[in-house]
Amino acid sequence: MYNFEFVKPLSVADAVSALSDDGAQALGGGQTLIPTMKQRLASPDILVSLANIVEMRGVKHFSGNVTIGGATTHEAVAAADAFAGLTTLAGNIGDPAVRNRGTIGGSLANNDPAACYPAAALATGATITTNSRDIAADDYFQGMFTTALEEGEIITSVTMPIPEASNYQKFDQPASRFALVGVFVAKYAEGVRVAVTGASEDGVFRWSEAEVALSANFSADAIANLSLDASGMIKDLHGSKEYRANLVKVLTGRAVGLAS
Amino acid sequence: MPKDSGIGASSKRREDVRFLTGAGQYTDDINIHGQAYVHFLRSSIAHGRLNGVDTSTAETMPGVVRIFTGSDFEGVGGLPCGWQVTDRHGEPMQEPAHPVLAQGKVRHVGDPIAAIIADSPSQAIDAAEAIVVDLEELPAVVDMKEAVKNGATKVHDDLTSNLCYDWGFVEENKDAVGEAFEQAAHVTTLELVNQRLVANPMEPRVAIGNYNRANDESTLYTTSQNPHVIRLLMGAFVLGIPEHKLRVVAPDVGGGFGTKIFHYAEEAFCTFAARQINRAVKWTCSRSEAFMSDAHGRDHVTKIELALDADNNFTAIRTDTLANMGAYLSTFAPSVPTWLHGTLMAGNYKTPLIYVNVKAVFTNTVAVDAYRGAGRPEATFQLERLIDKTARELGVDPIALRRQNFITKFPYATPVAVEYDTGDYVATMDKLEQIADLSGFEARRKKSEADGQLRGLGINCYIEACGIAPSALVGQLGARAGLYDAATVRVNATGTISVMVGAHSHGQGHETSFPQVVAEMLGIDEGMIDIVHGDSSKIPFGMGTYGSRSIAVCGSAMVRATEKIITKAKKIASHLLEASEADIELKDGQFNVIGTDKSCAWGDVTLAAYVPHNYPLEEIEPGLEETAFYDPSNFTYPAGAYACEVEVDPATGKVTIERFSAADDFGNVINPMIVSGQVHGGIGQGIGQALLEHGIYDENGQLLSGSYMDYAMPRASDVPFFEVDHSCQTPCTHNPLGVKGCGEAGAIGTPPAVVNAVIDALHSGGHTHVTHIDMPVSPSRVWSAING
Ligand SMILES: Cc1cc2nc3c(=O)[nH]c(=O)nc-3n(C[C@H](O)[C@H](O)[C@H](O)COP(=O)(O)OP(=O)(O)OC[C@H]3O[C@@H](n4cnc5c(N)ncnc54)[C@H](O)[C@@H]3O)c2cc1C
Repeated sequence: MYNFEFVKPLSVADAVSALSDDGAQALGGGQTLIPTMKQRLASPDILVSLANIVEMRGVKHFSGNVTIGGATTHEAVAAADAFAGLTTLAGNIGDPAVRNRGTIGGSLANNDPAACYPAAALATGATITTNSRDIAADDYFQGMFTTALEEGEIITSVTMPIPEASNYQKFDQPASRFALVGVFVAKYAEGVRVAVTGASEDGVFRWSEAEVALSANFSADAIANLSLDASGMIKDLHGSKEYRANLVKVLTGRAVGLAS
Repeated sequence: MPKDSGIGASSKRREDVRFLTGAGQYTDDINIHGQAYVHFLRSSIAHGRLNGVDTSTAETMPGVVRIFTGSDFEGVGGLPCGWQVTDRHGEPMQEPAHPVLAQGKVRHVGDPIAAIIADSPSQAIDAAEAIVVDLEELPAVVDMKEAVKNGATKVHDDLTSNLCYDWGFVEENKDAVGEAFEQAAHVTTLELVNQRLVANPMEPRVAIGNYNRANDESTLYTTSQNPHVIRLLMGAFVLGIPEHKLRVVAPDVGGGFGTKIFHYAEEAFCTFAARQINRAVKWTCSRSEAFMSDAHGRDHVTKIELALDADNNFTAIRTDTLANMGAYLSTFAPSVPTWLHGTLMAGNYKTPLIYVNVKAVFTNTVAVDAYRGAGRPEATFQLERLIDKTARELGVDPIALRRQNFITKFPYATPVAVEYDTGDYVATMDKLEQIADLSGFEARRKKSEADGQLRGLGINCYIEACGIAPSALVGQLGARAGLYDAATVRVNATGTISVMVGAHSHGQGHETSFPQVVAEMLGIDEGMIDIVHGDSSKIPFGMGTYGSRSIAVCGSAMVRATEKIITKAKKIASHLLEASEADIELKDGQFNVIGTDKSCAWGDVTLAAYVPHNYPLEEIEPGLEETAFYDPSNFTYPAGAYACEVEVDPATGKVTIERFSAADDFGNVINPMIVSGQVHGGIGQGIGQALLEHGIYDENGQLLSGSYMDYAMPRASDVPFFEVDHSCQTPCTHNPLGVKGCGEAGAIGTPPAVVNAVIDALHSGGHTHVTHIDMPVSPSRVWSAING
């Protein structure tokens, strides 16, 4: 790790101004950024911790939506029990130490192709609110580790419409226990949304054929005859493209069956 | 009734108090006034010509004390190999030089190029970034089959090829084995991989070198399983420091699993550099560094064949193995695929003819050496997977086929040069059938099927050669050291005892179990006895801990030393009690004159030894301290039978271990709880190998699974509650305690049981085309096998 300055602003405004410095970077729970710095692969001059900004913490419900502060930990999201899929998802990220530090804002900003939250945000059609604007989830995710965020922009909160039924199925990568494949299914009056993480070389994506089929008939049978093109899938030590394509379908079926 | 102290008691592990309360004293906890820190600049490529290392800028960086490169070690010895294998043609193996810092070439990712010593660890890392290395990349040799081809790029330019040795065992049997295969009624063949593993002890390696100018003494504090072995190798072969000027200390060590047996470059470097700069030099390995510099384990590719007669009796076994040595020969590497592997190929079965061929191969990967079980897991995996496949081909019950071929008469001389002194494989199999509730299996299988899961049962039998090792024998086989052990029993005036033992405890619980033996022999309280280990200046001598040898070899030395104590103590007692020595008995810590009510206490005798006012000084010396060395006359042969039940999810390929049972015969057991714990740990590691772990290099020699993001370690949730039993006991016939050792059994016996269970599950689901899946049996591999 290289040396750096550390600042702990108490408001979003102060954080934004601290981040305007060249070489400043936001620190959420540090569960990705700190290991990267230890490896000397990241070398911010100033770390701007978002952990003490009260307005960025907590889970609130109003008129069918849940709004989660950008600095809210996974543990707090799991404990808030906003809706079934989200509770399971947050409660199964990493281990207790990771859940007590890692934040939803950090996870969405990082947009790791194997992270869990992007699937929830995309499947619920969430709105990602930053210090300067609202971004629809469909516009926010732009490929592996790439998002619509500008330099220095902070995710202050995430708002998800609460689904009628939802479920998140995560198949653990055996070593890291990130999602080898994760599927989030959310059922709304207007239709069903299915978001897949871990599988695609383009990062989190919506499986639209499944959405159409499930919107017509919300049962695992509805996708029995669908198949997913394996060509854009990730291939690594832990699974081939075909294996991942298979998992997407299996997990989608299971998520539908277990949605509540 | 279970005993509450002495041999056979489940005494609580006294060392756990300090481990669990953060009071352990590990090497990294040691800090020497004024110490400097070293960082190793390591090769990021697998193979390259090292044309130059420019340290000029780095040397001017803040805090830098001194930078060393390979040229600083030109007059210094290389890292020695402790075992010389002779090949099929009677020629010695090819033995490349292994410099402390790379000279001329780098040969694996992680090969150290330069060592930067600075006032702080981060200054050393900063300076390393300023070093300019002129490295010309060469093609990497990674795959063993490619490496042995004619014209393959050579890892070592001065060797004739990448072949370390071509070993045939027993070479004289080769033709007879061939004939047996020609006459066989049935032959089963299996090709398999025993994948490369990274040991991953919880505590990474640490070394601190210190030099005392006042008495010209060097001290190395290191994370080692065997400080005297390090003193011997480093003092005699690398640095030329005589024993009396070199102290090696291995304090609490957070797990070894074999990988901390070996003498490593970093140890030699710190000891050497401390003398050069007249300052202590400390190195703490990071986890990433451990992945690329610790010796790895296993990494065999094998073809094995079994010949049977028309009655399903095994008639011959033939194997062909490629064994990866990595880029350099680690301390015991050559012995692992040969003497620790070929000699075990008979397993528990009376196969009359066996021929084992092993080609050891150099590749551009980190060295491979002993890892929990070392050679024996590889042998067991081949044989037991093969027997399972055979049973399936013949349509016979795998347990019945094993039982039919069991060795039942002991001692038994195998066709692979070892003699099993004792055992009862029928008894452990009977016990297994009971504890694993095999009769209930079909009902459990039906229940799984109803849930859409495939359930499978896997059986495995194993035999291992432990209690390493008879020195004269291993000397003939190429060992460059003796493998006896030593203990000093020091009885203090008040009767308390310190036992200085050559075995090293790094998780095995010696501090609890060793005193149990002495307490039993003397009839005194265990709490009066402490073990001292891990410091060459405190213990008489010792070859350390590996090969399940501690209680069998060092424990035997301790028994011998305690016997000497008893003999002398009885002499003193006979004087105090004015009785003849022959009439004295030692019982429950009292010396009694047999047939009278005259007695004196243990403490009376020990006090007399140190305050010899009323003492037979003309006959015996004062004091009460005895040392014994013990050299075993044979290996010990723990054996057992394991059963694994798995559920396979056919849609995802995920394997879940539902039940795991182990019936072991360890001979006599000192502390049943500690033995169970050793078996639990071994099974956990075996499950890790079977389902999760894989040290995998790409074709350029980059370690793809070089961190926990990709190297899967077993965790608590990956294992079920184990059913373990060690009530089948055929005591070892040649050591005084009748013990066989239990440290490696779990890691040896488990992998084949798991893989056999997975194959059984797939067959029950109709996937009969799947005859084998290489480890780790990961979800994607299972799914691909089903859909392949
Ligand atoms: C052992 C381990 C296991 C894990 N397992 C999982 C898993 O199973 N599933 C999973 O989804 N994740 C997993 N994670 C990731 C973890 O959950 C975190 O979500 C993730 O590391 C990022 O969140 P963070 O708050 O720690 O962000 P940090 O590491 O602090 O930051 C990550 C990046 O986001 C930026 N950033 C942080 N907060 C904000 C914000 N509010 N606005 C804008 N930018 C911001 C930072 O500048 C940085 O670039 C695991 C991590 C570890 C260490």
